[in-house]
Amino acid sequence: MLETIWFILWGVLWAVYFMLDGFDLGLGALMPALAKNETDRRIVYNSMGPFWDGNEVWLVTAGGATFAAFPTAYAIMFNGLYSALLLLLFALIIRGVCFEFRGKVDNPQWKAFWDVAMAVSSFLPTLLLGVAFANIFKGIPIDQSGIYHGTLFTLLNPYGLAGGVLFVLLFMVHGSLWLAVKSEGELQARAASMAKKLWPALLVVAVLFLLFTFVVTNLFNNYFKYPLMWMLPGVAVASLLLTRVFIQQAAWWKSWFASSATIVFVTLFGVGGLFPNILPSSINKAFSVTAFNSASSQLTLKIMLGVALVIVPIVIGYQTWVYIFLRDKVTEKDLSYEEAY
Amino acid sequence: MDVLLLSRLQFAVATMFHFLFVPLTLGLSILTAIYETKYVKTGDADYKRAAKFWGKLFLINFALGVVTGITLEFQFGTNWSSYSKYVGDIFGSLLAIEATLAFYMESTFVGLWLFTWDKVKPAVHATFIWIVAISSNLSALWILIANGWMQNPVGYVLRNGRAELDNFITVITNPFGLIEFIHTVSGAYILAGFFVLGVSAWHLLRKNETQFFTKSFKVAATFTLIFALVEVFNGHIHGSEVAKVQPAKLAAMESHWETRKNASMYLFALPDPANEKNAVELLPIPGMLSMLAFHTLDAEVKGLKDFPKQDRPPVELTFWSFRVMVGLGFLFALVGGLAWLKRNDPVSSPALLKLLLLMIPMPYIANEAGWIVAEVGRQPWLVYGMMRTSEGVSTLAVSQVAISLAAFVVFYTALGLVDFYLLAKYARKGPVH
Repeated sequence: MLETIWFILWGVLWAVYFMLDGFDLGLGALMPALAKNETDRRIVYNSMGPFWDGNEVWLVTAGGATFAAFPTAYAIMFNGLYSALLLLLFALIIRGVCFEFRGKVDNPQWKAFWDVAMAVSSFLPTLLLGVAFANIFKGIPIDQSGIYHGTLFTLLNPYGLAGGVLFVLLFMVHGSLWLAVKSEGELQARAASMAKKLWPALLVVAVLFLLFTFVVTNLFNNYFKYPLMWMLPGVAVASLLLTRVFIQQAAWWKSWFASSATIVFVTLFGVGGLFPNILPSSINKAFSVTAFNSASSQLTLKIMLGVALVIVPIVIGYQTWVYIFLRDKVTEKDLSYEEAY
Repeated sequence: MDVLLLSRLQFAVATMFHFLFVPLTLGLSILTAIYETKYVKTGDADYKRAAKFWGKLFLINFALGVVTGITLEFQFGTNWSSYSKYVGDIFGSLLAIEATLAFYMESTFVGLWLFTWDKVKPAVHATFIWIVAISSNLSALWILIANGWMQNPVGYVLRNGRAELDNFITVITNPFGLIEFIHTVSGAYILAGFFVLGVSAWHLLRKNETQFFTKSFKVAATFTLIFALVEVFNGHIHGSEVAKVQPAKLAAMESHWETRKNASMYLFALPDPANEKNAVELLPIPGMLSMLAFHTLDAEVKGLKDFPKQDRPPVELTFWSFRVMVGLGFLFALVGGLAWLKRNDPVSSPALLKLLLLMIPMPYIANEAGWIVAEVGRQPWLVYGMMRTSEGVSTLAVSQVAISLAAFVVFYTALGLVDFYLLAKYARKGPVH
C-alpha cells in the first residue's frame, strides 16, 4: 500500500517538476527566436529570474524521493543512464550560472556568449528528459542484476527521440505562454504568435506519440484494466485543446494554466501506464524494477510519507504565494531596478 | 585507472569544488541578514548598503553552490549505485528530507529577497534573507546528519541484504553528525567572517568608504572571533568523538603507530608509512594524545599497527590535512582576536589590514583540509565498519567515468575562474551609493 502511495507521489513530483521548470526551460530554449534586442532579452531573463531556482528544486526532490522511497530504482536508473544524466547535469549547471553571470560584465560579447549558453543549456535538458522518460515507458535493457546493457545511443531510438520532441514542443509552448503572461507590446505579440505556431506541431506530435506508445509500449494495459484511468489522458487532451482556445482569446494566464495541466496530465498518463514498474526491462519482463521490488522499508516509507504530507503542502503554499506576489508583468521600468538580471 | 579510483577522484573533485562555495553561502547569508536587521533597527542607510553589497557577493557565490550541489545528489546514483542500493533506506531519506525541508525554502526565498527590495517593508524584506540564512544552515544540518551516519552508522538493522532504518530518532540525533554539523558551520562562519574582514581591509587600506567598511568590519570581527573560539572547543570535542568511534582515523590523524597508554603527542613528526613508524618525532608532550582523546593521561590509544593493513586509512594525507586544519584553526582564533580588538578603528592598523587581506584564502584551505581528514580518514570504509568504498561503486565502463571526470575538471575550473573573477570584481567595486 505504502509502495503504491509513494509511486503516485513519485509521479506527481516529476509532473510538478516538468510543469514548473518546463516553462523556464522552454523559454530559455526559445529566447533567440523571441528576444530581438537587449531589452527583450533582459525581460526574458527577469521573467524567469525569481522562479527558476525554486522550480529546479522539484527535480532535486523528485530525485531525492526516488532515492528515499525506491533506492534500488534510483541506483539502477542513475547508473544505467550515466552519460545522459551527466549531460543533463552539466547543462543545468551552465543554465544556473547564466542568470548570475550574464549581467555582471558589461560587454556585448560576454552577454552574447551566455545567451547562447542559455539557449543550448535549456534545450538539451528538455530533450534529454523527454528521451529518458520515453525510454523508461518503453523499457530499457537491464538484466536481472539491474546492469544496463546499452550506451547513450541506445536511448536515441525513434520512440525515445519522439519523446524528446514531444517534451521540447510541450515546454516551448509552455515557455512562450509564460512570456506572453509576463511581457507586453511587441515581445508579447511575438511570444503569442510563437505559441500559436507551435501548437499545431505539438498536437500532431502528441497524437503520433500516443499511437507510437500504443504500438511499442505496454502503457495502455493499465488503462484497459482500469478504465477510470482514461481520465488522465482525457484531461491531458482536453487541456491541450483548451490551451489553444485560451490563446485565441488572448487569455494568457488561462492558457498558461491549461498548458500546465497538459504537462502534468501527460506525465501522469505515462507514469500511470507504467505502474507498478519504475524501470521496465526490455530484456525480460521479470527483470523489471517495480515500486514493490525496489522500495525502502515500511518504516522509511511511513516516515517519509509523514514528512512529505506535512512539508510539501507548506512548500506549495509559499511557492504559490511567491508566484502570486510577483505576478505582474516585467516592464522596462523593472529593468532599471538595481538587482534585476 | 579503474572505475573505482576514477569515481573516487570524480567525487573528490565534485565535493571539494562544491565546498569552495558552500561555506561562504552559510556564513555570508547570516552576516547579510545581520546587516539588514541593523538597518531595520537603526535606519542607518549604510547597513542597507551593506546588506546589498555583501548580498551581491553572496549571490555570485550562491549560484555555483546550488548548481554544484545538485550534481552531488545525483552522483550517489551514477557512480555509487551499490552504495545507494545498500543504504538508500536511510541515507536517501536524509537527502530527501534536506531537499523538502530546506532547499525549497532557500531557493524560493533567495529569489524573493533579490526582487523585492522596493516591494515590501524593510522588516519583511529582512525576514526573507533570514529565511534564506536559516534554511541554508538547515540544509547543512541534514547533509551532515547524512554524512555523520556514514562516519558512525547508528539506528539501522542489516536486513534483506541491506541496511534498513530501525530507529529514526537515533539516526537524526547521532552525536557524531551533530558535532560535525557545529564543526562544519563554525568553519563556514569563520570563512565568511574573514572574507568580509579581508574585503573590508582592502577598501580600508585605500581609505575607500571608510565609514561603511568600518561598520562591516566591526560586525564581522565579533562574528569571526566568536566562531573561531567555538571551533577550538568544538574541534576538541569532535576529536574525542573520533577517538571513540573511529580509532583508526584518530591514529592516522596523529600518525600514531604503537598502541600505548599515556600516549604522547608530537608537535612535529614525519610519518613513514612504508616502515610503519615515524621518520622523525620531535617535541613530545607526554600523555597529551591520551588526554585529548580520552580526557585522562593513562588512557590507551590504539596504534595503527593494531589495525589490519587493509583497514587503515591513508596516513600521510590524513595526518598532514589534520595539521593544516588545526594549525589554521588556532591562527583564526588569534587573528580573529586581533581584529576584534581593533574593531572600532581598524583603519589605524594597516599591518592588521594587510594581514587580514592575506587571511582570505586561509579558511578555504582549512575547510577543505577538514573534509579531507573526515573523508580520507574514514577510508577504506564508505560507511564506517559496514561497507567498504570498493563495494559501493557502480557498474560502469572506464571510458565513461574517464570522460565525465575530465569534463568535471575542465568545466569546474572554467566556472571557478569566472566566479572568482566576478567575486573579485564586485568586491573591489565597493558598495553602490
